[in-house]
Amino acid sequence: MQPPMHPFVELDRVSLTYPGGTLAVDGLTLSVAPGEFAAVVGPSGCGKSTLMKLVTGLARPSGGGVIVDGHEVAGPLKIAGMAFQNPTLLPWRTTLDNLLLPLEIVEPHRRRLRRERAAYVDRAEQLLARVGLAGFGPRHPWQLSGGMQQRASLCRALIHEPKLLMLDEPFGALDAFTREELWAVLQDVWMERRFTGILVTHDLREAVYLADRVFVLSSRPGRVIATYDIDLPRPRTLDTTFTPAFGELVHALRNDISRARTMADKTQEEAS
Amino acid sequence: MRQATLQRLMPWFVVIGLFMVWEVACRGLSVPQYILPAPSVVFDTTLRYAGPLWDHSIHTLLTTLAGFAVAVVGGVLLGMAVGASPLVYHGLYPVLIGFNAIPKVAVVPVLVVWFGIGTVPAILTAFMISFFPIAVNVATGLATLEPELEDVLRSLGASRWDILVKVGLPRSLPYFFASLKVAVTLAFVGSVIAETVASNEGIGYLMLQASSRFDIPLVFAGLVVIAAMGVVMYFLFAAVEGRMTGWATRRAMPMAD
Ligand SMILES: Nc1ncnc2c1ncn2[C@@H]1O[C@H](COP(=O)(O)OP(=O)(O)OP(=O)(O)O)[C@@H](O)[C@H]1O
Ligand SMILES: [Mg+2]
Repeated sequence: MQPPMHPFVELDRVSLTYPGGTLAVDGLTLSVAPGEFAAVVGPSGCGKSTLMKLVTGLARPSGGGVIVDGHEVAGPLKIAGMAFQNPTLLPWRTTLDNLLLPLEIVEPHRRRLRRERAAYVDRAEQLLARVGLAGFGPRHPWQLSGGMQQRASLCRALIHEPKLLMLDEPFGALDAFTREELWAVLQDVWMERRFTGILVTHDLREAVYLADRVFVLSSRPGRVIATYDIDLPRPRTLDTTFTPAFGELVHALRNDISRARTMADKTQEEAS
Repeated sequence: MRQATLQRLMPWFVVIGLFMVWEVACRGLSVPQYILPAPSVVFDTTLRYAGPLWDHSIHTLLTTLAGFAVAVVGGVLLGMAVGASPLVYHGLYPVLIGFNAIPKVAVVPVLVVWFGIGTVPAILTAFMISFFPIAVNVATGLATLEPELEDVLRSLGASRWDILVKVGLPRSLPYFFASLKVAVTLAFVGSVIAETVASNEGIGYLMLQASSRFDIPLVFAGLVVIAAMGVVMYFLFAAVEGRMTGWATRRAMPMAD
């Protein structure tokens, strides 16, 4: 896929030093086209979650620039949907009310929610059905299994139809079967809505299955050391994961990451 | 007998057992009444003085509840301010700790100078002693927001106020209700302290009068009445807590189907 003229997300030589002096990312440059689904992989602690914070404006870069949707990011975005490994649903709300939470915050839904509640509830229930949670709306999150909570958390990130979806290891805590099932669900929703997506993951098969493009980060301080365009046809299925092309991509990613890790070990040895 | 029934009856067994040991010890060792009256004597005295005990207890109860009500309002507002704003937190916390360390009995004379002998110092003492746990609990509930949930909300454009109303306050409710049952018993301590030092009404005043006449059984009757009121109020607020925050303990809400 050719990179279009105006990327939706663009990081230009971004660095970020946390208070306390940790240089989390340095010289981080990448861009994601509108409607593209990107994945970010890299060794643990290399700054992947930091990248998510930078893109969404939750953290300000110490150097370099972050541009989203044509604007320099200067504060929290207001248009993003986010989901994490931890579902963070509110235990005192039903699953349905948890889904409605973003609509109580984001305009124009916020203004309309009271009047058009029935329509919004409809929308939420349809989304729940999409991820296999039909009929679970009135349950409280603690009455759902971990996998079901994660599905609900994904719905909450999607309910306001964000132009940008940010996922930080959303399936990290799930069993292999549930995880693979949710890949398909997520791919379906994405193919239908074509939002821009950035997915952080430790699972290289997940990255190749879902992404149009995979960025490999170096050890901390993180920067992009390799970029892969994944040209596998969509919709991808579990069968896709058994094709040689898929296997080769996963293998190449694995090599890159182990190289990044040994490089880090060497620099540490030299330093000590 | 079933385990559940046994558990429900256990407190009564313990109380009755305690009184029996006390009774036997007093009789067996022939402890004089002006040192430690036996429960039977205390019970007799309670019946004999039922009228005055009732009047003074009601007064103490109303004083306590008034102070407690002020403490709930003040504690919640203070807890919200401390929990929601790091600036207020850093500014106020040491002051609050210092204030809480002051023995309130030492403040009562000052209150008397300001407000005169009577109900006002007792209400204020009950307030001072009971607002602290409420404030601390509300602040804790607000401050324990999961950072990831905060990220989700802020990336949607939620204001600090949105986050406070949608997440902070509901989350701090269990802490708030848990603090109420502790705070209400503390409020009793406060009002009775003030009554013994500076009042002409209330159970504390009654006990002080009794002890100056060496009527120790009446002093004990007063103590038992205070303890009983404390227990009743505690369980009242524990029941309220259970009803209001079932989601936090996951048992008060049965499955929907
Ligand atoms: N709030 C913070 N304050 C200080 N240092 C931080 C903070 N958050 C992260 N770091 C540091 O920045 C570095 C990158 O952290 P980050 O969370 O981005 O890594 P990650 O790639 O997401 O790791 P993982 O794969 O384990 O989730 C780490 O060394 C971490 O210790
Ligand atoms: Mg991370």
